[in-house]
Amino acid sequence: MNIDSITNGIVIDHITAGKGMKLYELLGLGELDCSVAIIKNVTSRKMGRKDIIKVDADIPVNLDVIGFVDPGATINHIKDGVLVEKRNIDMPERLVNVIKCKNPRCITSCEQEIDHIFKLTDREHKVYRCIYCETKAN
Amino acid sequence: MKSLIDILDLTTEELDELIATAEDIIANPSKYAEACRGKKLASLFFEPSTRTRMSFEAAMYELGGNVISVTGAGTSSAAKGESVADTAKTVSCYTDIIAIRHPKEGAAYVTAKNATIPVINAGDGGHCHPTQTLADLLTIWREKGRFTNLTIGVCGDLKFGRTVHSLINAMSRYEGNRFVLISPEELKVPSYVKKDVLQQKGIPYVQTTDLMAVMPELDILYMTRVQRERFFNEEDYLRLKDSYILTVDKLKTAKSDLAILHPLPRVNEISVAVDDDPRACYFKQVLNGKYMRMALILKLLKEAGQIK
Repeated sequence: MNIDSITNGIVIDHITAGKGMKLYELLGLGELDCSVAIIKNVTSRKMGRKDIIKVDADIPVNLDVIGFVDPGATINHIKDGVLVEKRNIDMPERLVNVIKCKNPRCITSCEQEIDHIFKLTDREHKVYRCIYCETKAN
Repeated sequence: MKSLIDILDLTTEELDELIATAEDIIANPSKYAEACRGKKLASLFFEPSTRTRMSFEAAMYELGGNVISVTGAGTSSAAKGESVADTAKTVSCYTDIIAIRHPKEGAAYVTAKNATIPVINAGDGGHCHPTQTLADLLTIWREKGRFTNLTIGVCGDLKFGRTVHSLINAMSRYEGNRFVLISPEELKVPSYVKKDVLQQKGIPYVQTTDLMAVMPELDILYMTRVQRERFFNEEDYLRLKDSYILTVDKLKTAKSDLAILHPLPRVNEISVAVDDDPRACYFKQVLNGKYMRMALILKLLKEAGQIK
């Protein structure tokens, strides 16, 4: 299966197979006007299977989202058909307005205009907790 | 420390300082009778409370201060849809320190982020209730004379019981303690308390459903109420509410110096006959709570530069 290479844009590579759609949603890629390709279950020598996202525009990307969903992913910036920057993504210490707390008893469920903030409490197990009620992020 | 939201906001040294102040208040109440003269406590209780609200208000009056109260969301601007953040900013204009109880978890934190005066969490839903823990700690201190090498049994609703989580957090900081977690399967301590507190710190603990089997081991028995207000489903509440009822008979195998604590209110989980047992400490705990709240109000107002 071939997807055309991009001239100016970004490629999010080495996404754990199955996490591409979640990244697509949380990064808000469905709202872009440019072409976006999600390639699922690509054969990978290193990972066995992986997902890839290609965006045909050099848009700003919230790296915290990628670090939260899949810290092993890489982001490549393409300019004039050439790879100009490749970055590995680390898990962010804090996530601000990326996900919402699902605890119905949490103050964020009713307080207006409150930032939804999660902090990394266990790096080894990738656990984030709501700073208000300490509920674990799913 | 500007505010107290979680018991872990206090270092063990600060806890020692509060206990020392509380002991001094008990010994010399007249010395503190004018300590907060001219200062006002905002007592914001958006959820029902008898003990905690009265305790805060009595504490402030005994320090020579005044109290402005809001009880129940229905009688304040919260009923008009005012946010917690706006309430905090408004109340900061009228008073010198806030004690807030709110049904939503994290409400006290939001209040502290937006207030310009010290904030004390008087209970935020099922999350934290640090001043109850201060009452528990002073009671343990006065009954046992130490915070170390104790076998602490906590019994009842360990899932929604915020006082239990705070007590485990607080007592985990001292050496040689061991926890016995006694609850029905459905009301066990949440996994994050076990993983992030007990396991991470290497604190020994056992989980059981059988109170009688562990009774002889305990130095402290912390009973809790199964809280109707924490259940979305009335059937679950009715099924679990009578899981543990402590009676005089059940205490026969307990140590002679066991300290029985309960954050109160009690429904039926401790038989009234147990009140006459010298090991029952729960009404002393109520009084201790007032002294610790006095010590805390003093500490926070001093640190805010409001009193000397």
